[in-house]
Amino acid sequence: MPVPDSRPSAEPRRVSILRDGPYLIASVHTALDDAQLVRFQSDLVARIRRERSRGVIIDVAAMDVIDSFTSRTLSNVTRMAQLQGAATVIVGISPELAITMVQLGMSLDPGNTALDLDEGMRRLDAIAGGSTTAPGSRRASRG
Amino acid sequence: MTTDTPRELEELAQSWEGDGLLSEIVAHLRDQRTPLREEWAKRITDASLLVAMTPQEIFSEATAVYDNYVEVLETGNVDALQRYAQDLSERIIPRGVETDEVVGIVLLLRDVLARSLFEKYQQDFPLLNRVLDVYEPVANRIANTVAVGFVQERERVIRQQQHALLELSTPVLQVRERLLILPIIGVLDQKRARQLTEQLLRGIRMHRARVVVIDVTGVPGVDQAVANNLVQTVDASRLMGASVILTGLSSEIAQTLVTVGVDLTKFNTSGDLQGGIEEAEHLLGFTVTRNDDAGS
Repeated sequence: MPVPDSRPSAEPRRVSILRDGPYLIASVHTALDDAQLVRFQSDLVARIRRERSRGVIIDVAAMDVIDSFTSRTLSNVTRMAQLQGAATVIVGISPELAITMVQLGMSLDPGNTALDLDEGMRRLDAIAGGSTTAPGSRRASRG
Repeated sequence: MTTDTPRELEELAQSWEGDGLLSEIVAHLRDQRTPLREEWAKRITDASLLVAMTPQEIFSEATAVYDNYVEVLETGNVDALQRYAQDLSERIIPRGVETDEVVGIVLLLRDVLARSLFEKYQQDFPLLNRVLDVYEPVANRIANTVAVGFVQERERVIRQQQHALLELSTPVLQVRERLLILPIIGVLDQKRARQLTEQLLRGIRMHRARVVVIDVTGVPGVDQAVANNLVQTVDASRLMGASVILTGLSSEIAQTLVTVGVDLTKFNTSGDLQGGIEEAEHLLGFTVTRNDDAGS
Protein backbone atom coordinates (compact mmCIF):
# COMPACT_ATOMS: atom_id res chain seq x y z
CA MET A 1 0.00 0.00 0.00
CA PRO A 2 1.49 3.37 -0.97
CA VAL A 3 2.12 5.64 1.93
CA PRO A 4 -0.01 8.75 1.53
CA ASP A 5 1.89 11.99 1.42
CA SER A 6 1.90 13.43 4.89
CA ARG A 7 3.78 16.65 4.18
CA PRO A 8 1.87 19.86 4.71
CA SER A 9 0.07 20.77 1.52
CA ALA A 10 -1.66 23.85 0.21
CA GLU A 11 -5.02 22.27 0.94
CA PRO A 12 -6.95 23.88 3.78
CA ARG A 13 -7.06 21.81 6.94
CA ARG A 14 -10.26 19.92 7.49
CA VAL A 15 -9.59 19.46 11.17
CA SER A 16 -9.09 22.25 13.65
CA ILE A 17 -7.01 21.57 16.73
CA LEU A 18 -7.65 23.96 19.61
CA ARG A 19 -5.96 24.13 22.95
CA ASP A 20 -7.98 24.33 26.14
CA GLY A 21 -5.70 24.32 29.19
CA PRO A 22 -4.00 20.94 29.40
CA TYR A 23 -6.31 19.49 26.77
CA LEU A 24 -6.48 19.59 22.99
CA ILE A 25 -9.77 19.64 21.14
CA ALA A 26 -9.69 18.38 17.57
CA SER A 27 -12.86 18.93 15.57
CA VAL A 28 -13.24 17.07 12.33
CA HIS A 29 -15.31 19.20 9.97
CA THR A 30 -16.09 16.65 7.29
CA ALA A 31 -15.38 13.11 6.21
CA LEU A 32 -11.65 12.84 5.60
CA ASP A 33 -9.89 10.95 2.84
CA ASP A 34 -6.88 8.80 3.59
CA ALA A 35 -4.26 11.51 2.97
CA GLN A 36 -6.14 13.99 5.12
CA LEU A 37 -6.40 11.40 7.87
CA VAL A 38 -2.68 10.78 7.85
CA ARG A 39 -2.03 14.51 7.96
CA PHE A 40 -4.47 14.87 10.85
CA GLN A 41 -2.75 12.07 12.71
CA SER A 42 0.73 13.60 12.41
CA ASP A 43 -0.52 17.12 13.17
CA LEU A 44 -2.28 15.96 16.30
CA VAL A 45 0.56 13.83 17.60
CA ALA A 46 3.01 16.71 17.03
CA ARG A 47 0.70 19.12 18.83
CA ILE A 48 0.42 16.82 21.83
CA ARG A 49 4.19 16.73 22.05
CA ARG A 50 4.56 20.46 21.68
CA GLU A 51 1.82 21.46 24.11
CA ARG A 52 2.58 18.65 26.55
CA SER A 53 -1.15 17.94 26.63
CA ARG A 54 -2.64 15.50 29.09
CA GLY A 55 -5.87 14.92 27.28
CA VAL A 56 -7.28 14.99 23.75
CA ILE A 57 -10.85 15.19 22.57
CA ILE A 58 -11.60 14.26 18.98
CA ASP A 59 -15.02 15.49 17.92
CA VAL A 60 -16.42 13.54 14.98
CA ALA A 61 -19.97 14.93 15.12
CA ALA A 62 -19.69 16.33 11.59
CA MET A 63 -18.67 12.97 10.15
CA ASP A 64 -21.58 11.30 8.43
CA VAL A 65 -19.81 8.20 7.14
CA ILE A 66 -16.91 6.18 8.42
CA ASP A 67 -14.71 3.58 6.77
CA SER A 68 -12.29 1.10 8.20
CA PHE A 69 -9.26 3.31 7.57
CA THR A 70 -10.82 6.19 9.47
CA SER A 71 -11.72 3.89 12.31
CA ARG A 72 -8.22 2.45 12.41
CA THR A 73 -6.64 5.88 12.31
CA LEU A 74 -8.78 7.05 15.21
CA SER A 75 -7.80 4.04 17.23
CA ASN A 76 -4.12 4.49 16.29
CA VAL A 77 -4.19 8.15 17.28
CA THR A 78 -5.63 7.11 20.61
CA ARG A 79 -2.73 4.75 21.18
CA MET A 80 -0.10 7.23 19.98
CA ALA A 81 -1.49 9.87 22.31
CA GLN A 82 -1.38 7.33 25.10
CA LEU A 83 2.33 6.78 24.42
CA GLN A 84 2.85 10.49 24.86
CA GLY A 85 0.96 10.53 28.10
CA ALA A 86 -2.33 11.94 26.86
CA ALA A 87 -5.72 10.29 27.28
CA THR A 88 -8.07 10.47 24.31
CA VAL A 89 -11.86 10.65 24.27
CA ILE A 90 -13.74 10.46 20.99
CA VAL A 91 -17.04 12.34 21.07
CA GLY A 92 -19.99 13.00 18.84
CA ILE A 93 -20.42 9.58 17.27
CA SER A 94 -23.86 9.68 15.66
CA PRO A 95 -26.33 6.77 15.81
CA GLU A 96 -25.65 5.97 12.14
CA LEU A 97 -21.92 5.96 12.69
CA ALA A 98 -22.26 3.80 15.80
CA ILE A 99 -24.36 1.21 13.94
CA THR A 100 -21.93 1.13 11.01
CA MET A 101 -18.98 0.71 13.32
CA VAL A 102 -20.40 -2.20 15.28
CA GLN A 103 -21.71 -3.89 12.16
CA LEU A 104 -18.35 -3.70 10.44
CA GLY A 105 -16.64 -4.82 13.63
CA MET A 106 -14.59 -1.63 13.92
CA SER A 107 -13.30 -1.29 17.40
CA LEU A 108 -12.71 1.73 19.53
CA ASP A 109 -12.25 1.29 23.22
CA PRO A 110 -15.77 2.08 24.38
CA GLY A 111 -14.32 3.50 27.58
CA ASN A 112 -12.85 6.29 25.46
CA THR A 113 -16.00 7.56 23.84
CA ALA A 114 -18.57 10.07 25.05
CA LEU A 115 -21.76 11.60 23.74
CA ASP A 116 -20.58 15.15 23.06
CA LEU A 117 -17.87 17.67 23.87
CA ASP A 118 -19.29 18.48 27.28
CA GLU A 119 -19.43 14.84 28.29
CA GLY A 120 -15.99 14.28 26.83
CA MET A 121 -14.55 17.03 29.05
CA ARG A 122 -16.04 15.36 32.08
CA ARG A 123 -14.65 12.02 31.02
CA LEU A 124 -11.20 13.50 30.52
CA ASP A 125 -11.35 15.16 33.91
CA ALA A 126 -12.17 11.78 35.38
CA ILE A 127 -9.35 9.89 33.67
CA ALA A 128 -6.66 12.53 33.13
CA GLY A 129 -7.51 15.44 35.38
CA GLY A 130 -6.52 15.78 38.98
CA SER A 131 -3.46 16.29 41.06
CA THR A 132 -1.16 18.25 38.78
CA THR A 133 -3.72 20.86 37.80
CA ALA A 134 -2.63 24.24 39.04
CA PRO A 135 -4.68 25.57 41.94
CA GLY A 136 -7.23 28.09 40.81
CA SER A 137 -7.14 26.97 37.17
CA ARG A 138 -10.60 26.72 35.74
CA ARG A 139 -10.06 23.03 35.05
CA ALA A 140 -10.02 22.29 38.75
CA SER A 141 -13.50 23.60 39.27
CA ARG A 142 -15.02 21.28 36.72
CA GLY A 143 -17.04 18.08 37.38
CA MET B 1 -65.58 -41.33 -31.41
CA THR B 2 -64.97 -38.53 -33.88
CA THR B 3 -62.65 -38.80 -36.84
CA ASP B 4 -60.05 -36.21 -37.71
CA THR B 5 -62.00 -34.36 -40.28
CA PRO B 6 -65.11 -33.68 -38.21
CA ARG B 7 -62.88 -32.64 -35.31
CA GLU B 8 -61.18 -30.02 -37.43
CA LEU B 9 -64.53 -28.86 -38.61
CA GLU B 10 -65.69 -28.61 -35.05
CA GLU B 11 -62.76 -26.50 -34.07
CA LEU B 12 -63.37 -24.28 -36.99
CA ALA B 13 -66.98 -24.05 -36.02
CA GLN B 14 -66.08 -23.27 -32.43
CA SER B 15 -63.92 -20.32 -33.39
CA TRP B 16 -66.84 -18.47 -34.89
CA GLU B 17 -69.52 -20.15 -32.86
CA GLY B 18 -67.87 -19.40 -29.49
CA ASP B 19 -69.73 -16.19 -28.88
CA GLY B 20 -73.04 -17.75 -29.64
CA LEU B 21 -72.28 -20.65 -27.33
CA LEU B 22 -71.28 -18.29 -24.56
CA SER B 23 -74.53 -16.35 -24.69
CA GLU B 24 -76.37 -19.66 -24.76
CA ILE B 25 -74.53 -20.79 -21.63
CA VAL B 26 -75.20 -17.46 -19.93
CA ALA B 27 -78.88 -17.62 -20.81
CA HIS B 28 -79.07 -21.14 -19.41
CA LEU B 29 -77.39 -20.12 -16.15
CA ARG B 30 -79.69 -17.08 -15.78
CA ASP B 31 -82.66 -19.32 -16.43
CA GLN B 32 -81.59 -21.85 -13.83
CA ARG B 33 -80.50 -19.21 -11.34
CA THR B 34 -82.76 -20.19 -8.44
CA PRO B 35 -82.24 -23.99 -8.39
CA LEU B 36 -78.51 -23.73 -9.08
CA ARG B 37 -78.01 -21.15 -6.39
CA GLU B 38 -79.85 -23.28 -3.90
CA GLU B 39 -77.89 -26.34 -4.92
CA TRP B 40 -74.67 -24.39 -4.40
CA ALA B 41 -75.68 -23.04 -0.99
CA LYS B 42 -76.65 -26.55 0.06
CA ARG B 43 -73.32 -27.93 -1.02
CA ILE B 44 -71.50 -25.21 0.88
CA THR B 45 -73.38 -26.15 4.03
CA ASP B 46 -72.88 -29.88 3.39
CA ALA B 47 -69.15 -29.41 3.02
CA SER B 48 -69.06 -27.47 6.35
CA LEU B 49 -67.56 -24.45 4.66
CA LEU B 50 -68.11 -20.91 5.93
CA VAL B 51 -69.14 -22.19 9.37
CA ALA B 52 -68.56 -18.69 10.72
CA MET B 53 -71.55 -17.43 8.74
CA THR B 54 -75.29 -18.07 9.13
CA PRO B 55 -77.21 -19.91 6.35
CA GLN B 56 -79.02 -16.66 5.46
CA GLU B 57 -75.72 -14.84 5.04
CA ILE B 58 -74.32 -17.67 2.98
CA PHE B 59 -77.40 -17.54 0.76
CA SER B 60 -77.24 -13.80 0.19
CA GLU B 61 -73.49 -13.86 -0.51
CA ALA B 62 -74.04 -16.86 -2.75
CA THR B 63 -76.61 -14.90 -4.75
CA ALA B 64 -74.24 -11.98 -5.20
CA VAL B 65 -71.33 -14.22 -6.18
CA TYR B 66 -73.56 -16.17 -8.56
CA ASP B 67 -74.70 -13.02 -10.37
CA ASN B 68 -71.18 -11.67 -10.56
CA TYR B 69 -70.01 -15.03 -11.83
CA VAL B 70 -72.54 -15.13 -14.66
CA GLU B 71 -71.72 -11.55 -15.53
CA VAL B 72 -68.04 -12.34 -15.87
CA LEU B 73 -68.93 -15.30 -18.07
CA GLU B 74 -70.94 -12.98 -20.25
CA THR B 75 -68.59 -10.00 -20.49
CA GLY B 76 -65.20 -11.56 -19.75
CA ASN B 77 -64.46 -8.52 -17.56
CA VAL B 78 -63.37 -9.44 -14.03
CA ASP B 79 -63.14 -5.90 -12.60
CA ALA B 80 -66.53 -5.91 -10.91
CA LEU B 81 -65.94 -9.38 -9.51
CA GLN B 82 -62.53 -8.30 -8.28
CA ARG B 83 -64.06 -5.40 -6.42
CA TYR B 84 -66.76 -7.60 -5.00
CA ALA B 85 -64.20 -10.21 -3.92
CA GLN B 86 -62.15 -7.56 -2.16
CA ASP B 87 -65.20 -6.16 -0.43
CA LEU B 88 -66.33 -9.66 0.58
CA SER B 89 -62.85 -10.43 1.92
CA GLU B 90 -62.85 -7.27 3.99
CA ARG B 91 -66.10 -8.36 5.57
CA ILE B 92 -65.34 -12.02 6.18
CA ILE B 93 -61.65 -12.01 7.10
CA PRO B 94 -62.28 -10.46 10.52
CA ARG B 95 -64.80 -13.27 11.14
CA GLY B 96 -62.13 -15.91 10.74
CA VAL B 97 -62.96 -17.25 7.28
CA GLU B 98 -60.01 -19.20 5.94
CA THR B 99 -58.47 -19.16 2.47
CA ASP B 100 -59.36 -22.81 1.81
CA GLU B 101 -63.02 -22.05 2.50
CA VAL B 102 -63.13 -19.24 -0.01
CA VAL B 103 -61.33 -21.25 -2.66
CA GLY B 104 -63.57 -24.20 -1.78
CA ILE B 105 -66.83 -22.36 -2.35
CA VAL B 106 -65.73 -20.90 -5.67
CA LEU B 107 -64.67 -24.35 -6.87
CA LEU B 108 -68.00 -25.73 -5.68
CA LEU B 109 -69.84 -23.15 -7.76
CA ARG B 110 -67.71 -24.06 -10.75
CA ASP B 111 -68.65 -27.71 -10.29
CA VAL B 112 -72.34 -27.00 -9.77
CA LEU B 113 -72.50 -24.98 -12.96
CA ALA B 114 -70.43 -27.50 -14.89
CA ARG B 115 -72.81 -30.28 -13.84
CA SER B 116 -75.76 -28.27 -14.93
CA LEU B 117 -74.11 -27.88 -18.31
CA PHE B 118 -73.41 -31.63 -18.47
CA GLU B 119 -77.05 -32.25 -17.80
CA LYS B 120 -78.23 -29.86 -20.46
CA TYR B 121 -75.89 -31.01 -23.20
CA GLN B 122 -75.54 -34.68 -22.33
CA GLN B 123 -77.27 -35.76 -25.53
CA ASP B 124 -74.71 -34.08 -27.73
CA PHE B 125 -71.20 -34.91 -26.61
CA PRO B 126 -69.27 -32.82 -29.22
CA LEU B 127 -71.41 -29.83 -28.36
CA LEU B 128 -70.83 -30.40 -24.64
CA ASN B 129 -67.12 -30.49 -25.39
CA ARG B 130 -67.28 -27.11 -27.05
CA VAL B 131 -69.43 -25.70 -24.30
CA LEU B 132 -66.85 -26.78 -21.75
CA ASP B 133 -64.05 -25.36 -23.89
CA VAL B 134 -65.75 -22.00 -23.57
CA TYR B 135 -66.80 -22.38 -19.97
CA GLU B 136 -63.69 -23.80 -18.30
CA PRO B 137 -61.12 -21.04 -18.99
CA VAL B 138 -63.50 -18.39 -17.78
CA ALA B 139 -64.49 -20.41 -14.71
CA ASN B 140 -60.87 -21.00 -13.81
CA ARG B 141 -60.07 -17.36 -14.27
CA ILE B 142 -62.90 -16.44 -11.93
CA ALA B 143 -61.73 -18.90 -9.28
CA ASN B 144 -58.27 -17.46 -9.63
CA THR B 145 -59.47 -13.87 -9.31
CA VAL B 146 -61.49 -14.53 -6.18
CA ALA B 147 -58.74 -16.53 -4.49
CA VAL B 148 -56.06 -13.98 -5.31
CA GLY B 149 -58.32 -11.15 -4.15
CA PHE B 150 -58.87 -12.90 -0.86
CA VAL B 151 -55.20 -13.64 -0.30
CA GLN B 152 -54.20 -10.10 -1.21
CA GLU B 153 -56.68 -8.66 1.24
CA ARG B 154 -55.37 -10.98 3.88
CA GLU B 155 -51.80 -9.97 3.24
CA ARG B 156 -52.80 -6.33 3.34
CA VAL B 157 -54.32 -6.86 6.79
CA ILE B 158 -51.19 -8.68 7.95
CA ARG B 159 -48.91 -5.93 6.68
CA GLN B 160 -51.03 -3.30 8.35
CA GLN B 161 -50.87 -5.16 11.65
CA GLN B 162 -47.13 -5.68 11.39
CA HIS B 163 -46.70 -1.99 10.80
CA ALA B 164 -48.87 -1.08 13.76
CA LEU B 165 -46.96 -3.52 15.92
CA LEU B 166 -43.60 -2.08 14.94
CA GLU B 167 -44.78 1.43 15.70
CA LEU B 168 -45.91 0.44 19.13
CA SER B 169 -43.32 -2.03 20.08
CA THR B 170 -40.27 -0.10 21.25
CA PRO B 171 -40.83 2.83 23.56
CA VAL B 172 -37.70 4.55 24.84
CA LEU B 173 -38.57 6.22 28.13
CA GLN B 174 -36.63 8.60 30.30
CA VAL B 175 -37.08 7.81 33.99
CA ARG B 176 -34.46 10.11 35.45
CA GLU B 177 -32.13 12.68 34.06
CA ARG B 178 -29.77 10.83 31.71
CA LEU B 179 -31.36 7.45 32.48
CA LEU B 180 -33.48 5.68 29.86
CA ILE B 181 -35.45 2.49 30.12
CA LEU B 182 -36.41 0.34 27.19
CA PRO B 183 -38.99 -2.30 28.08
CA ILE B 184 -39.24 -4.94 25.37
CA ILE B 185 -42.37 -7.07 25.23
CA GLY B 186 -43.04 -9.86 22.76
CA VAL B 187 -40.96 -11.82 20.31
CA LEU B 188 -37.77 -10.10 19.16
CA ASP B 189 -37.02 -10.84 15.53
CA GLN B 190 -34.13 -9.38 13.60
CA LYS B 191 -36.14 -6.61 12.03
CA ARG B 192 -37.48 -5.50 15.37
CA ALA B 193 -34.08 -5.78 17.01
CA ARG B 194 -32.59 -3.52 14.35
CA GLN B 195 -35.37 -0.99 14.76
CA LEU B 196 -34.88 -1.11 18.51
CA THR B 197 -31.18 -0.34 18.13
CA GLU B 198 -31.92 2.68 15.98
CA GLN B 199 -34.57 4.04 18.32
CA LEU B 200 -32.37 3.52 21.34
CA LEU B 201 -29.41 5.33 19.77
CA ARG B 202 -31.61 8.22 18.73
CA GLY B 203 -33.04 8.30 22.27
CA ILE B 204 -29.55 8.37 23.75
CA ARG B 205 -28.65 11.39 21.68
CA MET B 206 -31.93 13.18 22.29
CA HIS B 207 -31.99 12.66 26.07
CA ARG B 208 -28.19 12.77 26.45
CA ALA B 209 -28.44 9.49 28.30
CA ARG B 210 -25.51 8.00 30.16
CA VAL B 211 -27.18 4.81 31.32
CA VAL B 212 -29.78 2.69 29.56
CA VAL B 213 -31.71 -0.15 31.17
CA ILE B 214 -33.03 -2.65 28.63
CA ASP B 215 -35.68 -4.88 30.21
CA VAL B 216 -36.38 -8.14 28.39
CA THR B 217 -38.77 -9.65 30.95
CA GLY B 218 -41.47 -9.81 28.28
CA VAL B 219 -39.33 -11.54 25.66
CA PRO B 220 -40.00 -15.29 25.46
CA GLY B 221 -36.76 -16.22 23.70
CA VAL B 222 -34.02 -15.11 21.37
CA ASP B 223 -32.05 -16.78 18.59
CA GLN B 224 -28.40 -16.36 17.84
CA ALA B 225 -28.87 -13.55 15.33
CA VAL B 226 -30.95 -11.53 17.76
CA ALA B 227 -28.49 -12.21 20.60
CA ASN B 228 -25.69 -10.86 18.42
CA ASN B 229 -27.85 -7.91 17.58
CA LEU B 230 -28.23 -7.20 21.29
CA VAL B 231 -24.46 -7.26 21.67
CA GLN B 232 -24.18 -4.77 18.81
CA THR B 233 -26.76 -2.55 20.46
CA VAL B 234 -24.71 -2.57 23.64
CA ASP B 235 -21.51 -1.75 21.70
CA ALA B 236 -23.11 1.03 19.69
CA SER B 237 -24.59 2.58 22.83
CA ARG B 238 -21.17 2.59 24.44
CA LEU B 239 -19.69 4.31 21.41
CA MET B 240 -22.20 7.04 22.11
CA GLY B 241 -21.10 7.19 25.70
CA ALA B 242 -23.98 5.32 27.33
CA SER B 243 -23.62 2.13 29.29
CA VAL B 244 -26.29 -0.52 29.04
CA ILE B 245 -27.75 -2.65 31.80
CA LEU B 246 -29.73 -5.66 30.67
CA THR B 247 -32.44 -6.84 33.05
CA GLY B 248 -35.09 -9.53 33.25
CA LEU B 249 -33.24 -12.25 31.38
CA SER B 250 -35.37 -15.37 31.55
CA SER B 251 -33.65 -18.66 32.25
CA GLU B 252 -34.31 -19.71 28.64
CA ILE B 253 -32.59 -16.61 27.27
CA ALA B 254 -29.72 -16.98 29.72
CA GLN B 255 -29.22 -20.56 28.50
CA THR B 256 -29.40 -19.47 24.86
CA LEU B 257 -26.87 -16.70 25.35
CA VAL B 258 -24.40 -19.04 27.02
CA THR B 259 -24.97 -21.93 24.59
CA VAL B 260 -24.55 -19.88 21.43
CA GLY B 261 -21.40 -18.38 22.85
CA VAL B 262 -22.32 -14.71 22.98
CA ASP B 263 -19.54 -12.63 24.47
CA LEU B 264 -21.08 -12.00 27.87
CA THR B 265 -18.29 -9.83 29.22
CA LYS B 266 -19.94 -6.90 27.47
CA PHE B 267 -23.24 -7.41 29.20
CA ASN B 268 -23.92 -5.64 32.42
CA THR B 269 -26.91 -7.56 33.72
CA SER B 270 -29.20 -7.34 36.66
CA GLY B 271 -31.90 -9.73 37.82
CA ASP B 272 -34.95 -7.58 37.42
CA LEU B 273 -35.96 -4.11 36.33
CA GLN B 274 -35.86 -2.79 39.88
CA GLY B 275 -32.30 -4.02 40.37
CA GLY B 276 -31.33 -2.52 37.02
CA ILE B 277 -32.74 0.88 37.85
CA GLU B 278 -31.08 0.83 41.27
CA GLU B 279 -27.76 0.02 39.67
CA ALA B 280 -28.24 2.75 37.09
CA GLU B 281 -29.02 5.27 39.82
CA HIS B 282 -25.87 4.21 41.58
CA LEU B 283 -23.86 4.75 38.39
CA LEU B 284 -25.37 8.19 37.92
CA GLY B 285 -24.88 9.12 41.57
CA PHE B 286 -28.54 9.30 42.51
CA THR B 287 -29.60 8.23 45.96
CA VAL B 288 -33.25 7.52 46.56
CA THR B 289 -34.46 7.91 50.11
CA ARG B 290 -37.86 7.28 51.57
CA ASN B 291 -39.58 10.15 53.25
CA ASP B 292 -40.94 8.57 56.43
CA ASP B 293 -43.69 11.14 56.85
CA ALA B 294 -45.11 10.46 53.43
CA GLY B 295 -45.35 6.69 53.75
CA SER B 296 -48.37 4.64 54.90
